Amino acid sequence: MHSSFQLAFLIPLLPLIGCLINGLGRNWLSKQWSGLIGSGTVLGSFLISLLVFQTVETGQDAVIAYFDFIRVEGLHIPFAFQLDALSSLFLLIITSIGFLIHVYSIAYMHQESSSSFARYFSYLNLFVFSMLLLVLGGNYVVMFIGWEGVGLCSYLLIGFWFKNLESTKAANKAFIMNRIGDLAFLLAIFWLIIKTGSASFLEVFDFIQANGGTVKFSATDITVVTLLLFIGATGKSAQLPLYTWLPDAMAGPTPVSALIHAATMVTAGIYMIARSNVIYSLAPFTMSLISWVGLATAFLAATIALQQFDIKKVLAYSIVSQLGFIFLALGSGAYIAAVFHVFTQAFFNALLFLGSGSVIHAMGGEQDIRKMGGLSGKLKITYFTFMIGCLAIAGLPPLSGFFSKDAILLSAFLHQPLQYGLALFTAFLTAFYMFRLLFLTFHGSFRGTAAQQAHLHESPALMTVPLILLALLSVVGGWIGIPSVLIHDADRLGTFLSPVVGPMLHEVSHATKWVLMTVSAGGVLLTLGFAGYRFSNYSATESKGIFRFFEHKWYVDQLYEHVVGKPITYMSRLLNEWVEPRLIDALVNRVGRSVQLAGKQIRFLQSGKIGSYVLLMVLAMVTVLLVQFFIRK
Amino acid sequence: MPINYYLFLAIALFSIGVVGVLTRRNAIIIFMCIELMLNAVNLLLVAFSKMHYNQAAATAIPVANPGIDGQLFVFFIMVAAAAEVSVGLAIIVMLYRNIHSVDINFLNRLKH
Repeated sequence: MHSSFQLAFLIPLLPLIGCLINGLGRNWLSKQWSGLIGSGTVLGSFLISLLVFQTVETGQDAVIAYFDFIRVEGLHIPFAFQLDALSSLFLLIITSIGFLIHVYSIAYMHQESSSSFARYFSYLNLFVFSMLLLVLGGNYVVMFIGWEGVGLCSYLLIGFWFKNLESTKAANKAFIMNRIGDLAFLLAIFWLIIKTGSASFLEVFDFIQANGGTVKFSATDITVVTLLLFIGATGKSAQLPLYTWLPDAMAGPTPVSALIHAATMVTAGIYMIARSNVIYSLAPFTMSLISWVGLATAFLAATIALQQFDIKKVLAYSIVSQLGFIFLALGSGAYIAAVFHVFTQAFFNALLFLGSGSVIHAMGGEQDIRKMGGLSGKLKITYFTFMIGCLAIAGLPPLSGFFSKDAILLSAFLHQPLQYGLALFTAFLTAFYMFRLLFLTFHGSFRGTAAQQAHLHESPALMTVPLILLALLSVVGGWIGIPSVLIHDADRLGTFLSPVVGPMLHEVSHATKWVLMTVSAGGVLLTLGFAGYRFSNYSATESKGIFRFFEHKWYVDQLYEHVVGKPITYMSRLLNEWVEPRLIDALVNRVGRSVQLAGKQIRFLQSGKIGSYVLLMVLAMVTVLLVQFFIRK
Repeated sequence: MPINYYLFLAIALFSIGVVGVLTRRNAIIIFMCIELMLNAVNLLLVAFSKMHYNQAAATAIPVANPGIDGQLFVFFIMVAAAAEVSVGLAIIVMLYRNIHSVDINFLNRLKH
């Protein structure tokens, strides 16, 4: 085993240590120290991840079992890490963006008291630990530990400002929505263990490849397992119908939104499906379902994002939309395209969120873009980096989003032309709403109060440096996957990932590829121009018709409220107001009252007069003696 | 002398004791009646002890000291009774100090 693999256990361990130090010492640590420990441990993980990545790049991979996690008759689940192309790539994404966001947080959270500052970094480190465990896990069970851990940390961090009822509610919503998916994931794990007798990725996949479709693992098994895993993924990765928690999750601190709800945790479901690609490639029904769900989510979220006025809400829906794109790619069987988009969107989405954090910071907590405008003068660095993020997500060549989105569109085109058309339209919508956001925030004239205008300032270097680095990565991040039609043999990502997820299928002529690329790039340019023309001079108007429908988020929250929330509330009220007092209370009270009643009758025997006690005693003794005497006879 | 006389005497003593305890209100008299009952039992034990000794002697079976355990019990009871007297009298003295009476019907406050 390569020596860098022997260090792999440190990758998740370092953030865990940081979490413990910050969590236990939060009352003694100064802010400098907690910040230093929090980001230092993640930096350490990043450096080791780099080493591991370099080793994997030379073509090595390994499964390292550390100790027995579960060992019973017929089932052996080791605590194992799997180091291969897929996991090492995710390691890099998580630790690099994680580190930048830790650094950014030091400046962003500076107003917190030192104990809650340390608490924040403790949660953040715990999150990085769980996420690393999730991608490193060599079997579904270890993955599930990380899976639950990130859910927990997401809950803790969304509700970080727990004195705010809004945050607490959003945290609960995220947790409960995720639980639905987690249950399905757990069922899928049980199903796999029962059928294959193992939870290790390699063993399970070997078993299914050998026995898939036979009696040992029938087509029904494949469909059920893939569907259950997919439901798990919809919870974590915010797809229809479980996506509504993600926009609400923006109640947490902005760096948290950037790290958890943009760059890393929401990609857990995608990672899981890409990891399980062996099973999925045998389940055509699930695949087409995934692609349609992804497309529907992308489209729905894009339309909602058109009409939102909260800067973070727009970004939240853009995330949901991007994740929908990724699921579309997964459903089309283009795992490389999916992972590629995960890779690039992690950079530009984290960048956009951190940029919005910088804006909110400058505006003194204001998040409504109707009250912003003309910020480009004061927040130059934020403006330029944010613009790069917008261009990247819109998919303008040669920024990263172009290449990954192009790969997804190509895979959709190969899979089903109808999906391609819808996806292309959604991509244009993406460009449109991102530029609406950019123009409303940074162009035109300032629409806020005079006090806010006086407060406007560029953020400190701790915040702008991560922005610049992420902007740089958003530009060049796509260059690892340049399709061969542009530069021959430049698709390094595809070559790197193909041992794990299988090669990309390209059965199209170069001419078609050129046409597709030109269409998407040209369309995006046109959309950008239109958005610029439309929003360069913004004045607030009431939205009408279908846009009103979009502004209210398709009334999905209300629908859930009426279909799920209300019935549960009514049921609880019925139980509380009728079953509880009339049935349960009545029963318990009757028992108590009958004992009291009986006691009232018997208490007269306890007169307190010694004479009567003695008399009773004597009478009892005489009775016993007499009874014994006669029975003997 | 046949055992019957001892038995009747012991029953009479015991009944006097029981009736005394039940009917009298003076704590000292009740106390004396309790002693009476104890002694009735002692008398029985001694009487039976003697009876067993005589029977064993009549059958001429070599039994070492027949009936001696009955007499031993009497000594135990006497010791217990002596201890009881010391405690009981002390209680009565404390009683008198507190309520200036030895009437036990004043003591029906146990129920509160």
